[in-house]
Amino acid sequence: MSETAQQSPHHIDVKEFHPRAQAAIHNPKIRQNFRKAMDGLMTKRKSAFEGWDLETLRDLGANIRLRALANLPDLLEQLEQKLTENGIKVHWAVDSDDACQIVRDICVARDAKSVIKGKSMVSEEMELNHYLEEQGITALESDLGEYIVQLAGETPSHIIMPAIHKNTGEISELMHEKTGTDLSHDVEYLTTAARLQLREKFMNADVGVSGVNFAVAETGTLCLVENEGNGRMTTTVPPCHIAVTGIEKVVPNLEDVTALMALLTRSATGQHITTYFNMISGPRKPDEMDGPEEVHLVLVDNGRSSIYQDNELLDTLRCIRCGACMNHCPVYTRVGGHTYGTTYPGPIGKILMPHLIGLDEGRHLPTASSLCGACGEVCPVKIPIPDLLVRLRQESVDGDKLHPAKVNGHGAKRGAMEAMVWKGWSWMHARPGAYRFGTNMAARFRKLQPGKIGGWTQFRTAPKLASKTLHERMKERGQ
Amino acid sequence: MVDSIKVYPAKPSKVYFYGTCLVDMFYPDAGMAGIQLLEREGIEVIFPQNQTCCGQPAYTSGYHDEARAVAKAQLGLFPEDWPIVVPSGSCGGMMRKHYPALFKDTSDEMKAAEIAGRVWELTDFLLHVCHIKLDDLGEPTTVAMHTSCSARREMGVAEVGPKLLGQLKNVNLVEQVRAEECCGFGGTFAIRHPEISGAMVSEKVDAIVDTGAKDFVTTDCGCLMNIDGYAEKNRKSLSGQHILSFLWERTNGTKGEPS
Ligand code: SF4
Repeated sequence: MSETAQQSPHHIDVKEFHPRAQAAIHNPKIRQNFRKAMDGLMTKRKSAFEGWDLETLRDLGANIRLRALANLPDLLEQLEQKLTENGIKVHWAVDSDDACQIVRDICVARDAKSVIKGKSMVSEEMELNHYLEEQGITALESDLGEYIVQLAGETPSHIIMPAIHKNTGEISELMHEKTGTDLSHDVEYLTTAARLQLREKFMNADVGVSGVNFAVAETGTLCLVENEGNGRMTTTVPPCHIAVTGIEKVVPNLEDVTALMALLTRSATGQHITTYFNMISGPRKPDEMDGPEEVHLVLVDNGRSSIYQDNELLDTLRCIRCGACMNHCPVYTRVGGHTYGTTYPGPIGKILMPHLIGLDEGRHLPTASSLCGACGEVCPVKIPIPDLLVRLRQESVDGDKLHPAKVNGHGAKRGAMEAMVWKGWSWMHARPGAYRFGTNMAARFRKLQPGKIGGWTQFRTAPKLASKTLHERMKERGQ
Repeated sequence: MVDSIKVYPAKPSKVYFYGTCLVDMFYPDAGMAGIQLLEREGIEVIFPQNQTCCGQPAYTSGYHDEARAVAKAQLGLFPEDWPIVVPSGSCGGMMRKHYPALFKDTSDEMKAAEIAGRVWELTDFLLHVCHIKLDDLGEPTTVAMHTSCSARREMGVAEVGPKLLGQLKNVNLVEQVRAEECCGFGGTFAIRHPEISGAMVSEKVDAIVDTGAKDFVTTDCGCLMNIDGYAEKNRKSLSGQHILSFLWERTNGTKGEPS
């Protein structure tokens, strides 16, 4: 399936990573669009951190997140209590279905027919639009990128920039076709057109749905970062606002937000600060002119509490969804976000999705990495992504005796043939005599070396065995 | 990731040389070059004949029982407290960074941690422990350099290669665009995801060729095999060498044969 032919996630088979990757690699448009976009984002991030002591700031960010996670159950309780005091109604959702139903029930209670949505990856995870549609409620994306993706009937290909796989020309054509705008490459014109189309819907929407970047336990404040003002309108214009978030997004204090904000915007888009920073602390008060009459928060678990049980995998929950790991990932750059077939693509997707969908579905995800470490190097909260990939690879071949596998669907990637190869490899390399005999023989009979080695020689010549191993040469020297 | 602070040892009289399986079978010249560079610095090099492989291939493939069995066979090879030098950032990273994790909760935990603390990537060792001074005997030439991801990010030696090459007065070092990006090797990744790996190495080779350099050097044999193999198959006028072979040849005037 090509990047542009994606439909709703219901039609995407995560297991089809390989064919999609192949198609993307051979699609010059995707290659160009992503290369250009990712190069730009890498440069921007770099310059945004100029003059900052980035390592110290990353340590601070990691510590804030680790401290929050260490006290997660207590913080969530505190958050619920504070939010309730502030007049925000808190709901707990075990999984996506549960979360969708909660949103629907709120809509039904208000007799709501139309929902306007701010950008929220959790709502993508829930496939909320699809669900609401089935219930006869229209949901319209208000973030420009999400709006474009929705017009195209696709899913986001990046967690921060959902439509980054399209260039201006493609967007212009799409808008022309779906909304009747002129075919124009003038970004200003296209943005204004989209804004006008959306403004009208804002005014008539019954409910606004948004995500949350940070939920502050101390004050019961929901923080929302955005650039277009759509998030602000989503959360203030409709009479009812529903925020949805993963349970891990809570931080203890307001001051934690400052450091995380500084890291988030710079890592994501290279901005020092975003245009809007919304802090929602309750519904409209009796003497206030605007704001929603009711505000809800849906706290979504969806596999997160099971990650939380494991000391190592827990690090995944530090993520602040900046997307820097994608922007710097050489694999993501080549194949684009839709290839992954998952809500969260790229490095964070590879370590998060197996928990949400199980390793039987997502077994290719952890292997689709050269473990180059670029993701871990840029992650603002220092998630050791490459180590977690190795851990998940271990789980997907059923772990080991010391560390039994814990992730759903573990062992899904274990093949009898592959397991035997590694057993044989291990046998020989754990026995120096056998190893020396084997390598000496290989050197001796190197002319018999096969010229073709699977995927390797598809693109490269086979490596050439030396006529004498280093062991032999050192032995000749008397060692 | 990279240790923020590295504490280099004083220059020792002896080191253990850990050759790595790729060097052993495919690039023994690079190993010999490394050994001779050390010896020229007055260091006695001990090569434990019972060394095989650090265990990384199985480790990164998720077969940790198998990796542990192989790694365990290496733990007994370094009884004295001399540094262990490795001509590869990748195997160095395995031993330095991942051995402690691999042997966690086993009776070998302490031993693995102790050994990990003595492992050095060889070029880093030559520059920062031996304080090597290189005297260039070669013809003027232009080279590009590729630092492996593990050398760069796990062992923190991205600056070392350019510094060593900078000592060679007739060598013009040029930098390709996106020098820090992975070449697409990644061990079994190149075989599991050939298309993606192929796209990565093709762009890496193009970037190096675009510098005008006909030769490149690298810190790791995996990358060398990948970049060189791609260039050869696609008839690009580019050929690669392990940085140790290059340094030895430039400063000794001969190939890395045993002396
Ligand atoms: S894993 Fe790190 S780099 Fe990737 S999105 Fe999360 S916080 Fe950002």
